[in-house]
Amino acid sequence: MQKFLFELNRDEDFQSRYAADRRGALAGFDLSDEEQRALTEPDIGLLFHIGVNGQILMHFAAFHSIEWQDYLQQMRDGIDTHGPVREGVYAVTGYEGVEAHSDRLGQTSNTEEGR
Amino acid sequence: MPLVFAGVCSHAPGIVGRADQADPSAKNRLYDAFEDMRNRLEASEPDALIIVAAEHFANFFMNNMPSFAMGMADYYEGPIENPDWLGIQKTRIPGDKSLSERLIRKVMEKSDVSYAEEWKFDHGIMVPLHFLTPNYDLPIVPANINCQGPPLAPLHRAWAFGQALREAADSVPERIALIGTGGISHWPATPDSGKINEEWDRRFLDQWSRCDKDAMLSYDDSQAYLDAGQGAFEIRTFMTISAATEGTEGTVHFYEPIPIFAVGCTIATINL
Repeated sequence: MQKFLFELNRDEDFQSRYAADRRGALAGFDLSDEEQRALTEPDIGLLFHIGVNGQILMHFAAFHSIEWQDYLQQMRDGIDTHGPVREGVYAVTGYEGVEAHSDRLGQTSNTEEGR
Repeated sequence: MPLVFAGVCSHAPGIVGRADQADPSAKNRLYDAFEDMRNRLEASEPDALIIVAAEHFANFFMNNMPSFAMGMADYYEGPIENPDWLGIQKTRIPGDKSLSERLIRKVMEKSDVSYAEEWKFDHGIMVPLHFLTPNYDLPIVPANINCQGPPLAPLHRAWAFGQALREAADSVPERIALIGTGGISHWPATPDSGKINEEWDRRFLDQWSRCDKDAMLSYDDSQAYLDAGQGAFEIRTFMTISAATEGTEGTVHFYEPIPIFAVGCTIATINL
């Protein structure tokens, strides 16, 4: 799944093909039904929950004209809806969620300011 | 020639791409600090700039991930991101294949480095260049440390890479400038984007400015992840500059958490 996004982020021709036929552009990638759905809708929160690295995901969100604050909120909603990140770097120590994270760091969450 | 310039700076994409969302005075202070760094860089009259970055799956992916890589081309393209999103137009950046090859051969004597004749710069290099070489008239030698996809090379290997870079820079006749670029504590592109552990940052920068090798090498990725986010893996880029200038202190000219830029923005130079 990340390979698909890696290729998409790098290749403008691939971006055109994806824009014209999202499901068709997935051909050749080994993807579950859930992953295909997340990539075609697209469902940013589900992609983050499954384990897509944010450095890849933020460009996919920008490609879909999702504003920065909306992108951050969709990831938060994805965690609320689906649970902690399943695998990848954000699951190495368990993704705990914004509020719990703020409590542990002992500092005010800047997310309240929409950041 | 001995190294003519060394320093570190932030590279977060929001610094340019979300500039209009920042507190104007904070943004202006950072931009002024970048301008000051540009003046210092230009005053050193470099022939080329090695920029040690932590790119973000723009060129190097999990199918074939080098711990350390250097570019070896006469030109590069960038940014790979949407220009409107990043706020930097696509352009061609000059390189120097001959210089790269000579540097890489020397680095290889002490460090296992990959090389790439194709490289599309992402924000990790484009944001610093946007401020430091805005006319794109200085040949660039890009270097990358994998700070994204674990397992990551341990910190002492980043130190060895920095030492090897220094020996290489000193071995060529060109006047070489060296810049490391990365974040300190930050959680970029995650739901925690915008959080910054200022205390953690200031402690690291104090160690960095004193070139406290033991302190810097004592960081542990697991603990750093908890305290300072996955973005803190990028301290490898800062430490590489320390290793390249071992025994020399540095000066932090600017440090300020700017949440909309998702990082404690930093401008610092080594007192060569």
